[in-house]
Amino acid sequence: MTQQKKARRPSSKTLPKALTGIQGLDEITGGGLPSGRPTLVSGGAGAGKTMFGLEFLVRGATQYGEPGVFMSFEETIPDLTKNAASLGFDLGRLVAEKKLFLDHVAISRHEIEETGEYDLDGLFIRIADAVKRVGARRVVLDTIEALFGELPNPGILRAEIRRLFDWLKQQGLTTIITAERDRPDKLTRHGIEEFVSDCVIVLDHRIREEISTRRLRVVKYRGSTHGTNEYPFLIDEHGISVLPISSLGLDHAAPAARMSTGIDRLDGMMGGKGFYRGSSILMSGTSGTGKTSVAAHFVDAACRRGERCLYFAIEESPRQVVRNMRSIGIDLEPWVRKGLLQFHAARPTYGGIEEVLLLTHKHISSFQPSVVVVDPITTLLMVSTLNEVRSMLTRLVDFLKTQEITAIFTSLTAAGGDLEANEADVSSLMDTWLLLKTIEVGGERNRALYVLKSRGMEHSNQIREFVLTNDGLRLLDVYLGPEGVLTGAARMSQEGREKAAGTFRRQQLEGRGRELDRKRQIFEARMTMLRAEFEVEEEIIQQSISESKLLDAELLQDRGQMVRSREADTSAYKKVGSAPAARER
Amino acid sequence: MAGGMERLGSRSRQAKYVLRLYVSGSTLKSERAVENIKRVCEEHLKGRYDLEVIDIYRQANLARDEQIVAVPTLIKRLPPPLQRLVGDMSNLRSVLFGLDLRTREQ
Repeated sequence: MTQQKKARRPSSKTLPKALTGIQGLDEITGGGLPSGRPTLVSGGAGAGKTMFGLEFLVRGATQYGEPGVFMSFEETIPDLTKNAASLGFDLGRLVAEKKLFLDHVAISRHEIEETGEYDLDGLFIRIADAVKRVGARRVVLDTIEALFGELPNPGILRAEIRRLFDWLKQQGLTTIITAERDRPDKLTRHGIEEFVSDCVIVLDHRIREEISTRRLRVVKYRGSTHGTNEYPFLIDEHGISVLPISSLGLDHAAPAARMSTGIDRLDGMMGGKGFYRGSSILMSGTSGTGKTSVAAHFVDAACRRGERCLYFAIEESPRQVVRNMRSIGIDLEPWVRKGLLQFHAARPTYGGIEEVLLLTHKHISSFQPSVVVVDPITTLLMVSTLNEVRSMLTRLVDFLKTQEITAIFTSLTAAGGDLEANEADVSSLMDTWLLLKTIEVGGERNRALYVLKSRGMEHSNQIREFVLTNDGLRLLDVYLGPEGVLTGAARMSQEGREKAAGTFRRQQLEGRGRELDRKRQIFEARMTMLRAEFEVEEEIIQQSISESKLLDAELLQDRGQMVRSREADTSAYKKVGSAPAARER
Repeated sequence: MAGGMERLGSRSRQAKYVLRLYVSGSTLKSERAVENIKRVCEEHLKGRYDLEVIDIYRQANLARDEQIVAVPTLIKRLPPPLQRLVGDMSNLRSVLFGLDLRTREQ
């Protein structure tokens, strides 16, 4: 008998959980399914319920030392074995190693006559025996509701199924009960979900625009937090991979190391050191703004340092990228030859977006690069909705961060659209956002870039013009005039104008100086003249004053002589002036 | 506890019945089923039946081989066609129908 090692995550304090080993699911559920309890996995036909159950058992047996029992109510054992082989699972070997027990429960209705009360002891005995044989800790019942079609008296059957679930719980078996979901308003056909109170997972398989998407949702998980989103999942030759929309804990390391962008002056714009290692960079811009060129510089610099780079060319073929970059003096081919640079042409059109994500994961896992470029992410929007792309990128960014891989995502913005608004949906996922744009002025287009945001570092807020030369991308000096940033010929002409204006001002200044001198001279001249006039006037006035004085003196003299000569008249004149004297008369 | 095994057979002009009754332990239902089927056999198949009562409680492999899920289950091996009767055999009408001893209408 195999060891019964408890597969539990130390982080879950409240409810013991059993790791499923299904990629991504244990993250969503915070450590797996409720240990020792039944979980209902419900879904329509072809939703992947059987695969889910099989992988749960196989991983349990091979990775967690928990053997399992598979009770198949529908598929025969040869069919089951064949299907499992498509996931890369060798059931035959596990059975031979006594890590797995398979039992096919087959009964057909037309042979059955109901003669009275019955119970499911036959099934109980078979399960108990199977559990004992391999020392099972896990059981899958796939799909027990099939019994409703085969056995009479649903009342008894329901009671018996309930008894079975209770018994499984008592035995401490971690159980998956699958159920067919044929109506969206019901989880199971016969309502057995009411017997499973701990955990319910719903699987869904839709086909939209000829692209199939599988989704998983944890509808209920008593006593445990769980992601409530719909998570896309894939079934391929490595089993099921659930792709969490975001990792529930953002606990990836945040390296403080920086890496050069490969463009000196761009490094300069970011505190002189470039990007953070392990950060995600969004580079957006309209067509022909040089997004790929910036990315190529970064890749080139990384390869120079001997680091591995993975380049997902979504729109252009790798050859095209290499050729185009050679035209600006970046030769990527030697890096490809040295095995430092790998290109992958990933066209999402046919596989659907989950496929792209999975491929990306695979390439990254196998190549272990330190830099990843996805150029451009916008093409993904053509095969999927914004929501799906966003969730896919979230998952990819999360994954890259956990691997401490620096990633550049380029994004093509529709011409004429608001550059910043278009990317708002994914930009929040990114640490650094470079915006590339063309500035159209005076009949020419010039390229400019700026750092819209860069978390955790000082960065320039200037818009910088750059040119693509034979020798790579070169950032030019900033020219900030009163009319904003200026580029190209406009920058040069403005510079000329500025120079002319300066000269003019200088000349004006000099001119004004001379004028002042002139005015001073005139003023002084006037002063002299005025003074001379004043002196003349003063002289005249003085003369007239002295003349008047003389005249006065002469007049006084004359009056005195006259008074003396008319003495008598003076007193008579006085009496007339006094009134009483006149009345007495 | 090994299942009790009883062989009751005799030559007869009519078809011979081979019956296997699967029960689990000595539950009330099992006992009732054994009693009921024995009575039916004695009344309707006297001398021409072979009834074996098998306790699957400790013979899980047998339960698997015979695809026993519900208990009690009676399997009529002969005469053909193979027929399964599920329950405690208390519904006489169903038992007789299941054993082809009468039609549904009767």
